[in-house]
Amino acid sequence: MSDHVVPLRVYYLIFAALMALTTVTVAVAYLDLGLLNTWVAMTIAVLKATMVVLYFMHVRWSSRLVPVLIVAGLVWMVILIALTMSDYVSRAWLGTPGG
Amino acid sequence: MSDARGVLWHHFHSLEQQKDTATLGMWIFLVTEILFFGGLFAVYVVYRTAYPEAWMDGSHTLDVAVGAVNTAVLIGSSLTMAMAVHAAQLGRRGGLVVFLLATILLGGAFLGIKGVEYHHKWEENLIPGPGFDFHGQGKGHVQLFFALYFAMTGMHALHMVIGLGLLLNLVRQGLRGRFGVDYNTPVEMVGLYWHFVDIVWIFLFPLLYLIGRH
Amino acid sequence: MTPDTDTGPRHYLNAEYGFRSWLLTTDHKRIALLYLASVTVMFALGGLFAIAVRLELLTPAGDVMQAETYNKMFTMHGIAMVFFFLIPAVPAVLGNFLIPLMIGARDLAFPRINLLSWYIFVLGALFSLYAMIAGGVDTGWTFYTPYSTAWSNTNVVPTAVGIFITGFSSILTGLNFMATIHRMRAPGLTWFRLPLFVWAHYATSIIMILGTPVLAITIVLVALDRVGGFGIFDPAVGGDPVLFQHLFWFYSHPAVYIMILPSMGVISELVACFARKRVFGYDFVAFSSLAIALVGFLVWGHHMFVSGQSVYAALVFSVLSFLVAIPSAVKVFNWTATLYKGRITFETPMIYVFGFVGLFTIGGLTGLFLAALGLDVHVHDTYFIVAHFHYIMVGGVIMGYLGGLHFWWPKITGRMYPEWWGRISAFVIFIGFNLTFFPQFVLGYLGMPRRYHAYPEEFQVLNVMSTAGASILGVGYLIPLVYMIWSMRYGTPAPANPWGARGLEWETPSPPPTHNFPGVPVVTTEAYDYSAQEATRV
Repeated sequence: MSDHVVPLRVYYLIFAALMALTTVTVAVAYLDLGLLNTWVAMTIAVLKATMVVLYFMHVRWSSRLVPVLIVAGLVWMVILIALTMSDYVSRAWLGTPGG
Repeated sequence: MSDARGVLWHHFHSLEQQKDTATLGMWIFLVTEILFFGGLFAVYVVYRTAYPEAWMDGSHTLDVAVGAVNTAVLIGSSLTMAMAVHAAQLGRRGGLVVFLLATILLGGAFLGIKGVEYHHKWEENLIPGPGFDFHGQGKGHVQLFFALYFAMTGMHALHMVIGLGLLLNLVRQGLRGRFGVDYNTPVEMVGLYWHFVDIVWIFLFPLLYLIGRH
Repeated sequence: MTPDTDTGPRHYLNAEYGFRSWLLTTDHKRIALLYLASVTVMFALGGLFAIAVRLELLTPAGDVMQAETYNKMFTMHGIAMVFFFLIPAVPAVLGNFLIPLMIGARDLAFPRINLLSWYIFVLGALFSLYAMIAGGVDTGWTFYTPYSTAWSNTNVVPTAVGIFITGFSSILTGLNFMATIHRMRAPGLTWFRLPLFVWAHYATSIIMILGTPVLAITIVLVALDRVGGFGIFDPAVGGDPVLFQHLFWFYSHPAVYIMILPSMGVISELVACFARKRVFGYDFVAFSSLAIALVGFLVWGHHMFVSGQSVYAALVFSVLSFLVAIPSAVKVFNWTATLYKGRITFETPMIYVFGFVGLFTIGGLTGLFLAALGLDVHVHDTYFIVAHFHYIMVGGVIMGYLGGLHFWWPKITGRMYPEWWGRISAFVIFIGFNLTFFPQFVLGYLGMPRRYHAYPEEFQVLNVMSTAGASILGVGYLIPLVYMIWSMRYGTPAPANPWGARGLEWETPSPPPTHNFPGVPVVTTEAYDYSAQEATRV
């Protein structure tokens, strides 16, 4: 990572955006969107995280290897969750012995 | 390594390679942290899917306003951390120390508020274990919500405590003039760690506090 | 040339003397030797527990020890061997020593973290050692819940803490290797000119980074359940014990690839040198390491076919488990093809290569048997499984480790080991190993369960064969221990390149100077650039 100095202005903007999104998250939580509630909350969280990663953590100006690493970590976490859930979701389908 | 001009270790051929490698190393470490917390998220997904009502009941005992304030505090500390790195990059020793202290203050505030929340849960017999009793109903699936609440926020808090230690160390070194335009790698590395801890909370807050609030 | 007198050349072994120069070293080569000593001690410990197990199994009745004690013996055998020998051995000893040399660097990216990882390893080992001495642990190395969280009254938490701590050693090693291979290759050393040993360790590092943290958090959850009564795996509050198994095996299956991949990397180097030919299908072998690392994360459910997992999930894991065999097979085919029209010689390392290829193939094929749901249901938790994984772990990993240790011994110590003793012990190990573990395939197929201290009369003959084999195997391991220590003082001094091998590590003296290379090597050729004219033995 080269010594790229990010102007403070950018940091203030990102901070403001993060605050705004936090407010939105809380507000939306009080609306009845059914199943969408969780998805909206997670989408907003992902957006906030992305802003922190790109700007506060300077990934925007870092080696291209870094996003690859981050995505790999996230994909592996998804593998853990998805394949584990494949067991729980499908247990009832065929009635395994003992439930 | 005793001054702000940056010492080149013998196995690197340039300061740029050295710093580049340090950044890569810190990111690899953060990937391990993604998987570490990822295990907790996996348990969370399994049990929330299995026991949605228990998750809602558990979440309702948490105070959204307090959680939201804590979220703002932590995001604020990320801002001050970024500003500390900025100051270090420009060789501003005073600014660096001020913003590091601000980050420590905000981080400490977060932990203090969390401590108060934990204390309330303890008073309400909502700490999982032999004494757990949800509103007089005894044990049940909701205990799993609290097991996860304490495991996830506890692990997060532990990481914050470590972060505060790292920040205090940076203050100590910063006061001695260790960091300057040519050398500020440790400040950036601790910054990466601190922002990561912030990101974990960005996910924990909606997942724990905002279930079924409508 | 006598490397160990003060009038001789300075190298990493005689550059400094004294405890502090070793215990505070940041030289990757010295750290590799620190690891060598530690993992050898843990291997011996694991071997002692194995002796206890095999002793009990000489007779059908449980007459040597109580069932509870036997449970502790096989548990601690597994823990010592898996976490404190098999996972660190090749990477932390050979990987640490060789990776900077092979890529033309002066050290790993983070030398102090390298030393820290050794101290962390020792700390974790001491914790687990304390747990073993203070009464032991009897859950099996797999710590299944709810026995480990609710019912076992042995030292589960101290052992688990020891493993948790040692996990960080693994993570830091993987982190160091990954950063090093990305950022510190010599000029001209592109990815596809790297020795396959380096590719293998890169793939291993990926697994260490992505898998070990999940084991760490799983151990934390077990501790919270056991100490705090959290109930995460407790059915009484809706917890699922099988969830522990998902989390545990998410790491522990890829862990077996952490164990085998570095050994496979060794085999690639050895086969090229002793057939005097470049490895056939270099690209395929390199990519197969990555494929094993990736697909290896998708198969963990094959450990849980009879645990109450959904049949549909089991089907998915079964198919994926068949797929993961393919990249391993690619390696075996390519090593074999490397031999074709090669100029083969049978020095000790090459004997280990043949041992590895044969035994790993048997282990791998029996793994395919186990990937088939229908068969696994019958042989799960029998000696068939025990035989399968020992063929891979011992027939595979340890053969590769010993082959590599012999191959690079001259580089590491500046001394040759005695060649005939090397060959003899390789054969003793091969014979002892097969006598120990082949009968176990038969035993398992006939239905003898694992983890039992007593068994029906009709299984005794095969068990006696197995114990006899284990005695021979034990002797086979002792012989190299003796002659390698002997050789450090009395072995023939070694030249820089005793095997006439290709690779940057052979272009520096034996033993190397502390900074590895005088200048910065520049690489202009492919790996394994063996040709009739140039490949001569010194």
